[in-house]
Amino acid sequence: MPQLEIADFAPQLIWLAITFGSLYLVMARIALPRIGMVIEERRDRIASDLDQAEQLKQKTEEAIATYEQALAESRAKAHAIAQETREKISTELEAERMKLDRKLLDQTEAAEARIDAAKDDALSQIKDVAATTTEAIVTSLIGGKLTKRDVSAAVTKALSE
Amino acid sequence: MANEVAADANEHGSGGGMPDPMHQFEIKRQVELDVFGIDASFTNSSLFMVIAAILISSFLIFSMRGRALVPGRMQSLAELSYEFIASMVRDNVGAAGQRYFPFIFTLFMFVLFCNMLGMVPYTFTVTSHIIVTFALASFIFLAVTVIAFARHGAGFLQYFVPKGVPALLLPLLVVIELISYLTRPISLSVRLFANMMAGHTMLKVFGSFVVGLGVLGGWAPLAFMVAFTGLEILVAFLQAYVFAILTCIYLHDALHMH
Repeated sequence: MPQLEIADFAPQLIWLAITFGSLYLVMARIALPRIGMVIEERRDRIASDLDQAEQLKQKTEEAIATYEQALAESRAKAHAIAQETREKISTELEAERMKLDRKLLDQTEAAEARIDAAKDDALSQIKDVAATTTEAIVTSLIGGKLTKRDVSAAVTKALSE
Repeated sequence: MANEVAADANEHGSGGGMPDPMHQFEIKRQVELDVFGIDASFTNSSLFMVIAAILISSFLIFSMRGRALVPGRMQSLAELSYEFIASMVRDNVGAAGQRYFPFIFTLFMFVLFCNMLGMVPYTFTVTSHIIVTFALASFIFLAVTVIAFARHGAGFLQYFVPKGVPALLLPLLVVIELISYLTRPISLSVRLFANMMAGHTMLKVFGSFVVGLGVLGGWAPLAFMVAFTGLEILVAFLQAYVFAILTCIYLHDALHMH
């Protein structure tokens, strides 16, 4: 069995020590710190990316909240403006209507007064016509002369009956 | 010289008999070196240790050259092996084990690459030699014991005294605990060495069956070879994993005493 050849032990042990020792140094000093650093860096990067994403999410939520608030505010404002305008318009309308009413009333009253005056005028004219007619009829029927005052009195009496 | 010729003849099957399945484990000196009277020759075993170390280093360094935030294929593989061992250390040793992470990582990668390189035809399997696995296991055993005593002082001896055991049984159990602790380097090294050697011997034996039975009868052992090669690749990974995780468990015992 070649494994038990004692003369071969020394060279194997010496070269094992040389190769394993130098491999250990290369691993411990160069290779492993490098790999560890890269893995560490990646872990940090992922963590910071996650942090950033979390922050951005928070910001987005804040922005949405602000937007919602602004929307609600402007909606309320629009509502208030609409209400105000409606009230103003209705007040103005009311005033206009009242003014118009008064004007119409005035005109009606004036017209009524005119009508009354015309009626009175007409009535007085009727009295005169009636008196003249009565005088003429009486004169032609009975031929007598009648005083104008008598006739007027008679007509007024007859008209008022 | 005559021996060598005979061995070569055996290897190529021209000697009439079966090729020797253990021939693949022979250490061949490529550059003879003698440092202060100690044989430090550069052998085929040394060559594959160096190849494994260079492959691991270049794999981990060149794949991370881009240091990309979103990793490519090779970088993913490098990070995957890093995370694999890091989580193994975290789960089995705890936070105190982070100091030993580079060692566990080097250990796992070295054993894994040596095992896997051995699966390539015409290569040499470094971990199929008991002296290599025993050296690694002994180093781990000694280091773990030193860490344990440095951390707990003489209090670490309590580790060998199980709690809640009747006083009558205690001497027996202490002896059992002590033996199981002291045999750790043996079980750890033999497990890896035996798996590697047995697997490669089996592959060699069945490979010679394929050649021996020829075109007519060689198909059955060939089919077995294909399946067995798959199993051996699994074993190569699994043994590296077992080696690393047992080291983690020993470290955990040393740091936390259960």
